[in-house]
Amino acid sequence: MTHFFRLPRLSWRFIPVWQRNYLVWRKLAIPSILGNLADPMLYMLGLGYGLGSLLPDVGGMPYLTFLAAGTVAYSTMNAATFEVLYSSFSRMHVQRTWDAILNAPLTLDDVMLGELTWAVAKSLLSGLAILAVIWGLGLYGDFWMTLWIVPVVALVGFCFGGMGLVMNAVSPSYDFFLYYFTLVITPMVLLCGVFFPVSQLPPPVQSVSAWLPLTHAIDLARPLVVGSMPDNIALHAAALVIYGSIGYVIALALTRRRLLK
Amino acid sequence: MLKVRGLTKRYGGTEVVRGVDLHVRRGECFGLLGPNGAGKTTTLRLLLGLIEPDSGSIELAGIAVPKRAREARMKVGVVPQMDNLDPDFSVRENLLAYGRYFGMARSAIAARVPGLLEFAGLASKADAQIAQLSGGMKRRLTLARALVHDPDILFLDEPTTGLDPQARHLIWQGLRRLLNEGKTIVLTTHFMDEAERLADRLVILDHGRVVTEGAPRALIESHIEPAVVEVFGEGLADWTHARAAALCQRFETVGETLFCYTDSPDTVIGALKQAPALRYLHRPSNLEDVFLKLTGRDLRD
Repeated sequence: MTHFFRLPRLSWRFIPVWQRNYLVWRKLAIPSILGNLADPMLYMLGLGYGLGSLLPDVGGMPYLTFLAAGTVAYSTMNAATFEVLYSSFSRMHVQRTWDAILNAPLTLDDVMLGELTWAVAKSLLSGLAILAVIWGLGLYGDFWMTLWIVPVVALVGFCFGGMGLVMNAVSPSYDFFLYYFTLVITPMVLLCGVFFPVSQLPPPVQSVSAWLPLTHAIDLARPLVVGSMPDNIALHAAALVIYGSIGYVIALALTRRRLLK
Repeated sequence: MLKVRGLTKRYGGTEVVRGVDLHVRRGECFGLLGPNGAGKTTTLRLLLGLIEPDSGSIELAGIAVPKRAREARMKVGVVPQMDNLDPDFSVRENLLAYGRYFGMARSAIAARVPGLLEFAGLASKADAQIAQLSGGMKRRLTLARALVHDPDILFLDEPTTGLDPQARHLIWQGLRRLLNEGKTIVLTTHFMDEAERLADRLVILDHGRVVTEGAPRALIESHIEPAVVEVFGEGLADWTHARAAALCQRFETVGETLFCYTDSPDTVIGALKQAPALRYLHRPSNLEDVFLKLTGRDLRD
């Protein structure tokens, strides 16, 4: 393992990999947009209006607003995760597209940076779609403040893209990804304040929640929706960058062991 | 074009490549032969700088590998063993996308596409999806894709495995044409007729070592008697026991067949005429005989 570990050597050669994914996505853009974006929006609006009408203010804001802010982070996380799990795995393992690219003057570092930046792009699309609904329904406090959600979304995409690539590196088949969803993603959705405030959880669980990347994402996104500056911006941003970077570096070593041995 | 000295690669305790030396000249077709597990594919991956050797030096198109593998790969086109065309792209888009990995401008790639499609015999299929292509068409497209950046040297890993005879001949025709244009080809193959037909020189690898090296004809002449009579049928064991040693320079029994290597096949055939229960096949010796003599007849899985 140590033999496969080394710091990434980044180069601009990742761009054609990103571009390849973009060109394929463009062919299937309409169903892909519907599939990726409609789902979180339906949940947000259904629960937001349906459940929200039964609830008083949650976390100091109407429930629909609360949920919308959580959904920005949640939907972004899902978009990045799905991309680097199922789609990257198809390209790496099933279609062997990576093998073909590695015969050109690209390294695995380039290929995986292309995949990671593409996951960020897909996340941006998902996050921006939810943001557009927030704008459309007037769920925000200060329009200019909500623009800061765009870089937040990119960071969240980077974070979960990097983490997901680790799973991609070790997975024998598509079925394996279910473990990640059941053991990592779903608990995070419930523990990090998407649907209800973290303060509702028992204190020991709250302290676990504080370490989870989705909590940091929501701690940045929710204040920006309601129009206030988030607390501890540097801490939250750093947490997302660190989770994503460590994920990318570990994923690179594991994938190198898998493909280039 | 390619100079390899003392190349070794170990996995755990086992040495997969054990001191390989290769020297490939510009414009020649060089064969890399060997049974499964002989180290052919590992050697190719080492040559491309995809994996790092434990010792030895590689100079590919004048560039040191793996140190400057990126630059070296700019000069190399690769046709892998397994097709890995991009199924989400059409034939034309596969070429366009692949060219971009070499840093080529879209217009430069687009200018090369018609020529590549013509070379691959796919001019009428430019907008077809990959799933609509036959196995032979996919291989030809993979070959055209390997040429998109106009490389000096081509690595082909079993280029005709799984193809029907017509499709194989088309690939061979394409490779001949590339050799005539001055390209250098490094070819691994299981098919001895393919190596005999295409390779100017070849090495046979076994257990990670080069066991022999030379031009196909010269190898056959130096290792094997000029003719082979394969004998099989009822009573072979008795006949072998009674006659083989006297009639054949060298012989071996594999399963139910006796391989009799000889300078004078007529004498052997004359003797076989008196044993009507036996059937035989008389043929000139070929590269496969050399291969089997040097690497043995055990099954390698």
